[in-house]
Amino acid sequence: MTNVMDTVALARKTDRISIRDITSIMIDDFIELHGDRLYRDDTAIVGGIGRLSGRPVTVIGNQKGTSIEENMQSNFGSAHPEGYRKALRLMKQAEKFNRPVLNFINTSGAYCGVDAENRGQGEAIARNLLEMSKLSVPVLSIILGEGGSGGALALAVADEVWMMEHSIYSILSPEGFASILWKDAKKAGEAAELMKLTSADLKELGIIDQVIPEQSDGEWLSKESILSSLKIEIDRAFTKYEQMNRETLLNRRYERFRKF
Amino acid sequence: MRLFKKRPYISLQKSTSQNGPSVPDGMFEKCPNCKQSVYVKALGRERVCPHCNYALRIRAQERLALTTDRGSFTEWNADIHPSNPLDFPGYENKIKQVQISSGLREAVLTGEATVNGNPTAIGIMDSHFIMGSMGQAVGEKITRLFEEATEKSLPVVLFTASGGARMQEGIFSLMQMAKTSAAIKNHSDKGLFYLTVITDPTTGGVTASFAMLGDIILAEPGALIGFAGKRVIEQTIKASLPEDFQLAETVLKNGFIDQIIERKRLKSVIAQLLTLHTELDGGDKT
Repeated sequence: MTNVMDTVALARKTDRISIRDITSIMIDDFIELHGDRLYRDDTAIVGGIGRLSGRPVTVIGNQKGTSIEENMQSNFGSAHPEGYRKALRLMKQAEKFNRPVLNFINTSGAYCGVDAENRGQGEAIARNLLEMSKLSVPVLSIILGEGGSGGALALAVADEVWMMEHSIYSILSPEGFASILWKDAKKAGEAAELMKLTSADLKELGIIDQVIPEQSDGEWLSKESILSSLKIEIDRAFTKYEQMNRETLLNRRYERFRKF
Repeated sequence: MRLFKKRPYISLQKSTSQNGPSVPDGMFEKCPNCKQSVYVKALGRERVCPHCNYALRIRAQERLALTTDRGSFTEWNADIHPSNPLDFPGYENKIKQVQISSGLREAVLTGEATVNGNPTAIGIMDSHFIMGSMGQAVGEKITRLFEEATEKSLPVVLFTASGGARMQEGIFSLMQMAKTSAAIKNHSDKGLFYLTVITDPTTGGVTASFAMLGDIILAEPGALIGFAGKRVIEQTIKASLPEDFQLAETVLKNGFIDQIIERKRLKSVIAQLLTLHTELDGGDKT
């Protein structure tokens, strides 16, 4: 019997595949784009344009950082409202130029702080959910590590949602969950067992569409090898969705979330 | 099972006692906001504190009576029941208990009614049912509210009151945020009017979905409106927060709601807004 908290620990490891790995290894000619045009540039979310297998794509993802300095700078991947607004700006831009959107999620959740509240954290997330439901280009969202709460969902209203084998996706962190339900964050382990937050559980529940293997025959795959097979899968998915007309694409996306 | 012998929802206990008599003879109630004693009759039918103007939490049926024209309400989707998608231990029993203690089937009441003669779809959340938390049943009723309103070309008036996600439904609760927001988008794309009335408290996943998506957003005085809970923020920043943090008055200053309307005036303001939008709709419909 494996412990779900082991998966949670794996999902939180700082040496996992990051948005920076994606933009440097998988995406060609990546150009980073900054700012929400309203307040500031939120470094918890990285976004830009580049090419995937030749086609122009918009790439957006949470940046967690691998050192304390990087973590502090990127707020551990927890975005303020301006992070979600930057993501939305880039997605609307992608729609204008008819290029697909590729989102990578690694966040324990939207940032919990005074400024974030005062600048409308709830509104920013809500706006993304609403607009993404009708974004007329293919959208694919992949959970790299942690996919926590509305902060993850704000990048995951997509035609398909995939998860890395050892990533997690949940309503809240197991600690937060235990704290709300039982007023005791130390019961995170019990919470994790009940929450069905692993890629295998979520695939079975139909919440996600595909699991990206990180191991083969018990051996860890290298980043390069994971990314090269992931790239083929993404290319295949975009090719499929690009052939759909706008109405079919949007109806399918509506039904994808309607069934929950 | 020992976990479930505790009473995990302290706020629910508080809300129940708020509506019941808090002193033996039921003559006085304590305002949960300013903590002053209030003569019950002074609260009036609207249940507003005469000292601090705070609008006390009321039940969906009370709200319905205050807002809609008598006898005009037809309930929609009354048969949607909560389910237990994660097979969360003890959840079904909890639901049964709360259904008995609250007299409600779920945390939202939906249907259609008229407000001073203006037909509208209407949804009213009730914080007396597991803190108005959103699980599949709440998400489904709100989604259908917008879908059916879209079909019937009706505006939607939605009173929000929620602590956020229904934890016991886990990831399915999260999905309701996307589901409801997509239904609102379809309603909106048809040029139909959506009015949100935020009541105390509206937080978490409800704030981060349909509560913040109204064409016009009103709030009641003193309503708590936020995404993250105060306790969580205090733990994160390791400092205490100002008294007016996340209050409707602060949220208004920050630019996220249109107006704060006293409960006594709410019905006429809603009617006025519905009228302003019906005239525009009427042109291409008839």
